[in-house]
Amino acid sequence: MAPADSGDPIIRLFHVHKRYNAKKALLDVSFEISRNEFLFVSGPSGAGKTTLLKLLYLGETASEGQIIIDGLNLSRIPRRRVPFLRRKFGIIFQDYKLIPKKSVYDNVAIVLEARGAPRKTIRKKVRSVLRTVGMEEKRRALPPSLSGGEQQRVAVARAIAGDPQIILADEPTGSLDAESASVIFDLLREYHRRGATVLVATHDTALIRRTGGRVILLEDGGLDVATTIPRLPA
Amino acid sequence: MIRVIHRALKDMWANRFLNTVTVVTVALSILIVGAFALFFVNASALLSLWTKEIRIMAYLEAEMTPEAVDRLGLQMAGMPGVGDVRFVSKEQAMERLRQGMSEGSALLDTLEENPLPDTYEVHMAEAFRNRDRFELLARRIGGLEGVSEVEYGKEWLSRFVRIIDLFRLTGLAMGGLFFLAAAFIVANTVRLVLYSRRDEIEILRLMGGSEGFIRGPFYMQGILQGALGGAAGMGMLFAGFRFVADKVAEGGGFLPARFLPDEMVLGILMGSMAVGWIGSYISLRQVLKAS
Ligand SMILES: Nc1ncnc2c1ncn2[C@@H]1O[C@H](COP(=O)(O)OP(=O)(O)OP(=O)(O)O)[C@@H](O)[C@H]1O
Ligand SMILES: [Mg+2]
Repeated sequence: MAPADSGDPIIRLFHVHKRYNAKKALLDVSFEISRNEFLFVSGPSGAGKTTLLKLLYLGETASEGQIIIDGLNLSRIPRRRVPFLRRKFGIIFQDYKLIPKKSVYDNVAIVLEARGAPRKTIRKKVRSVLRTVGMEEKRRALPPSLSGGEQQRVAVARAIAGDPQIILADEPTGSLDAESASVIFDLLREYHRRGATVLVATHDTALIRRTGGRVILLEDGGLDVATTIPRLPA
Repeated sequence: MIRVIHRALKDMWANRFLNTVTVVTVALSILIVGAFALFFVNASALLSLWTKEIRIMAYLEAEMTPEAVDRLGLQMAGMPGVGDVRFVSKEQAMERLRQGMSEGSALLDTLEENPLPDTYEVHMAEAFRNRDRFELLARRIGGLEGVSEVEYGKEWLSRFVRIIDLFRLTGLAMGGLFFLAAAFIVANTVRLVLYSRRDEIEILRLMGGSEGFIRGPFYMQGILQGALGGAAGMGMLFAGFRFVADKVAEGGGFLPARFLPDEMVLGILMGSMAVGWIGSYISLRQVLKAS
């Protein structure tokens, strides 16, 4: 992992627009995120938070504008390099995106397999991240048999298993009680401390206020405003 | 590689019913293709044995000078399609006849004069051993001066050749058809599995899985289905062959046939695997438009 090195932007957006057919989800969004920053994307439901994250890992492509990630211009990246871009990220999806037919263990392990990690490393790593999120006991369970909160914790484990440079967390505490939520947040902060850049999308302003950090605020309707709000008092 | 096979096997086990049906169907296709191949291998072995025996006997006129006989021999040897020309004098012919009929050979001694003609035995060059050329050549030799008569016969042989040729065509067509059918069955199975796993594939892509990583197990599944089906089909064919051969042997007979040569078995297995691969390829192309 890269050492903390603030000031050097790892993510840059220039006048990014995103339209889904006729529907405008993002309009003229520009901002920078420094290496090893911990920040929030906030705004009401439908504001475009998820869309914004998708653009970063090329889950969607921007309709207009440029996005630069760790020196890579996403509009010029050849298709076969896309997996390498995605491996920079650990993504916690709003809808978890766990594979229902694979065990908790396999759900986490497959990420490391995709990167060609040796078997032994995978076993150790998966055990360790599952322990971290408190899901080691349930490693043989299938996701549909888990509660929402448990699935979310598996999603977190999977996101951090690959020691990503950038963690994208889309409502990572959405289905968690306050206590589990703070466990997850402590975890994200721990990875931040170890050098990761962490981007959390949430509309939970209470949570933001508790944690503190820079906030990129998207206005309702996903239309024209990308506001950078200074650090709120913790 | 081992991991890809492992993942493919896991997938196949998860869909074992579908995979069993596929492997059995591939096996039946291969069995039929193999049966045709078996028939041809033996038929053409027989045929080439027989065609080696085919020769044109050119009986010479009685009153010929040795020079004229020699000249005639050279003339025949120079004709296109002729492989080997052997002179059989009437004395040699008589000797052959004697050996051929050991019982009544005493009868031959009563003959005052050898009634047999001198003969040229004309063999075809390998490349020219087919019916049309054979007849043409026989007719041309018959037309040569000094040749009183030609004999080649074996009309049935040429009919046999024609039938085999016909079978060869249908066999090739059927074989192609069955290979195609097998490919489509594999394609269909892989497609079903792909559809049922589209979400998973999408997730793997988002997690940074390369296309190779994602597709590898599916290719491997196709290849394994082909390999298993091919092996099973060849196994059935061999069992059937042994069964028939044993039955014939029990009846005191001998089946003048061999099983397919090893290279051919290997070839069919490879073909079967290739078919599996093609099946996977078709489905992957269709379902997984790269994102
Ligand atoms: N695939 C899509 N096709 C069409 N419209 C879409 C698609 N994805 C999102 N949208 C629209 O774009 C807008 C922004 O959606 P997005 O999911 O980014 O919002 P969000 O801020 O993440 O909301 P939430 O807080 O509810 O998760 C919404 O109006 C949504 O309906
Ligand atoms: Mg969202």
